Amino acid sequence: MNLNRVGASAKRVLLQLKHDPRSIALIILAPCLLMTILKFVYWSEPQVFQRVAGALLGVFPMLVMFLITSVATLRERTSGTLERILISPVTKFEFILGYAIAFGIASAIQAIFVTTFAIGPLGLGIKGSQGALIGIAILDALLGLSLGLFVSSFAKTEFQAIQFLPVILLPQLLLSGLLTPRDSMPRILAGISNFLPLSYAIDATKKTLFGQGSINGDIFTIVLFLFLLLGAGSLTLRRATH
Amino acid sequence: MTSAISISKLTVIRDGKVIVHEFDLEIESGKILGLLGPSGSGKTTIMRSVMGLQRLTKGAIRVFGTPAGHKSLRTRVSYSTQDASIYRDLTCSENIEYFRAMQGISSNSTGEILELVDLTNNRKQLAATLSGGERARLALATALVGKPEILILDEPTVGLDPLLRRDLWKLFHRFTSEGKTLLVSSHMMEEADHCDELVLLRGGAILAKGSPAQLRKKSGHENMNSLFISLVEKQ
Repeated sequence: MNLNRVGASAKRVLLQLKHDPRSIALIILAPCLLMTILKFVYWSEPQVFQRVAGALLGVFPMLVMFLITSVATLRERTSGTLERILISPVTKFEFILGYAIAFGIASAIQAIFVTTFAIGPLGLGIKGSQGALIGIAILDALLGLSLGLFVSSFAKTEFQAIQFLPVILLPQLLLSGLLTPRDSMPRILAGISNFLPLSYAIDATKKTLFGQGSINGDIFTIVLFLFLLLGAGSLTLRRATH
Repeated sequence: MTSAISISKLTVIRDGKVIVHEFDLEIESGKILGLLGPSGSGKTTIMRSVMGLQRLTKGAIRVFGTPAGHKSLRTRVSYSTQDASIYRDLTCSENIEYFRAMQGISSNSTGEILELVDLTNNRKQLAATLSGGERARLALATALVGKPEILILDEPTVGLDPLLRRDLWKLFHRFTSEGKTLLVSSHMMEEADHCDELVLLRGGAILAKGSPAQLRKKSGHENMNSLFISLVEKQ
């Protein structure tokens, strides 16, 4: 592995973001805005806000990075730049790692803003550390990245790529414990949710907020998913076409 | 003479359509070979095949004696695509910086490379806001990073003003005098005389090959366009 090339890829992706201030604003402000709406929706029920907001903190990084990655990878494919990279000495691993570092940084910044805003002005109660919350958000974002990378190979246009959002993310949202705690769902659904990565991101986030139990198992599962999905995603970066 | 690129019986069939048929070619080191033909004649597919980007239906390609697309060729062969494969949301300099880092070996500085394609004044401009010709030059510039021994350039002069086109051909000849080998495609027959060797293509098959002088002598036509037409009509 050549760290120079990994760094150059990460720098390139961040530069692309830098040239797009509107996207940066959306990445940071949209979650804060949604949290604010949620606060007012549950104004008279602070316990419900606590539970739903906690779960939502686990949703943003995955959702945003899934979208950004699937569109960015698709653009790399359709503009020919991906091919251009794959014919250079760069390995797929270096290329993906570059993306992971850049989007990891972006999601860390997002998480810092959102958690600070939620804990401060919105009065979200937290028993664990904010640092842990941000760490979980980064892993969560990388889950979104690996899913987006994998899915983008099944799309031929950006239009199609966006259509994968409801197919891939909505079921995870419904079953992840955002609407109702996972253990109070019908057995089959709870069973299915055990195989969905978002469930673990939300579990870890909630545990950190409520100070309930260890998150080591959740983190381990997320990392496992991450390796699996990134492996599958890197298989989709092929040099030769028919 | 040693061959830099050797193609034998290259055939590519895509969705039942024959794109390239039984294509044979040897390209000598230090020469410019021009792949001339109309759009859809198979130029890009042949170039992609040499880069190892195209699955071959049949045939074999060797570059410096190694199968096309082999890892060891990645710093030795560079490729510039017809549709500018550049990052539109990066500036010219940032694009070149990135591709230089990807090659991972020392090369000309970004400034020198942009100078070669006359984009010095555009270095801080976003690629998305470049004109078509400027974008094509930036794409060409990305193929000049590193120390490639073979340059595969798909329509590098399309849409450029005649002065710049002349300068680029001068640059290409400078490359061959340094021992580099160039495979250049064009749909403009006027470009023929800049090449050492020519392959005239139509419908994925070779119409004629040889040096411009040889082709003229054989056909009796001075003008490359009428030469091409006479060859097609003879078929």
